[in-house]
Amino acid sequence: MKGLLLALALLPGAAAAEEPVSGYAYMAPETRTLQDDDFENPGMLWVDIGQRLWAAPAATGGSCADCHGDVAGMHGVGTAYPKWNPAEGRIVSLEQQINLCRTTRQGESAFPYSSDDLNGITALVMLQSRGLPMDVAIDGPAAPAYARGKAYYETRRGQLNLSCVNCHVDSAGLRLKGEVVSQGQVNGFPIYRQLWQDIGSVGRMIAWCNDSVRAEPLAEGSQMAVELELYLRARGKGLLIETPAVRR
Amino acid sequence: MFNTRIKVPQTAAKGESVEIRAMIMHPMDNGFTYTTSGEVIPVNIITDFTCTYMDEEVLHITLEPGLSANPYFSFRLRAGATGPVSFKWVDQFGTVTTAEAVLTVT
Repeated sequence: MKGLLLALALLPGAAAAEEPVSGYAYMAPETRTLQDDDFENPGMLWVDIGQRLWAAPAATGGSCADCHGDVAGMHGVGTAYPKWNPAEGRIVSLEQQINLCRTTRQGESAFPYSSDDLNGITALVMLQSRGLPMDVAIDGPAAPAYARGKAYYETRRGQLNLSCVNCHVDSAGLRLKGEVVSQGQVNGFPIYRQLWQDIGSVGRMIAWCNDSVRAEPLAEGSQMAVELELYLRARGKGLLIETPAVRR
Repeated sequence: MFNTRIKVPQTAAKGESVEIRAMIMHPMDNGFTYTTSGEVIPVNIITDFTCTYMDEEVLHITLEPGLSANPYFSFRLRAGATGPVSFKWVDQFGTVTTAEAVLTVT
């Protein structure tokens, strides 16, 4: 009896605890080839932009490279974002950390969200962690943010009245018209998305998903979006970073 | 000038066929899409792509609005002598973007 109860208790949890699968596994072979080739991968166009910005002198005279050295030194940095920032007293995404660096240390204005510059430098930094497992901290001061992100993920919203869970947990692997629903993992962000013919951050993807269920889109860079990203990254803990990934 | 990526092998044997790759960052708006406020995004495309080797035109492509963003071309070139391989993209407004690499023939 006790065993049966335990088994029943495990059932609903089984879906949530299932092995994370990268969006790569859901892509057509042509799309995978595009991602795997570092020349053909269109995301690399933005990495090039990031590379130029890394060496570009800022208002104070210093460039990113002056403090951080060669960008290869950022190996592993991207795995931990979004991350608790004690000075700000909140969770910050990698995009926001880059902009904080620009405004506080370089005396420059922040790059706007979804700009080629911000996506480029984010992709460059994330690329240095390619092949490393995502590993964000969700304990200590980050715990309440993680809980809020999880609650958002599980809440039904929009005219279609769907939560993220309805598609990306309950229906992952099933078909939605011609496409297979993925787990919605974010290990490849910023991604080059063929639908957009452009690069996009997690924030842009969240807003797009909101729009797709006819809900009010979360503004990119809003605290809720960053906390949701924290939840998404924690959910895919252990998945290898693929930035810049190519998705449909 | 748009952001470009080119790949030309540094060295090649005489008579060898080498792979050349070139990509340009461009939206290639086809004129059939709309902004979120319902306005048509006008056609904005690259119209010509040319590759010259040793000052001789080896490839010319005319691009049309049906192409997706960031057009990428890959083709093979017969290595003859050491010289520059240059690329030129022209958009519909006449803006020229160039890139160049030297192919050393051994």
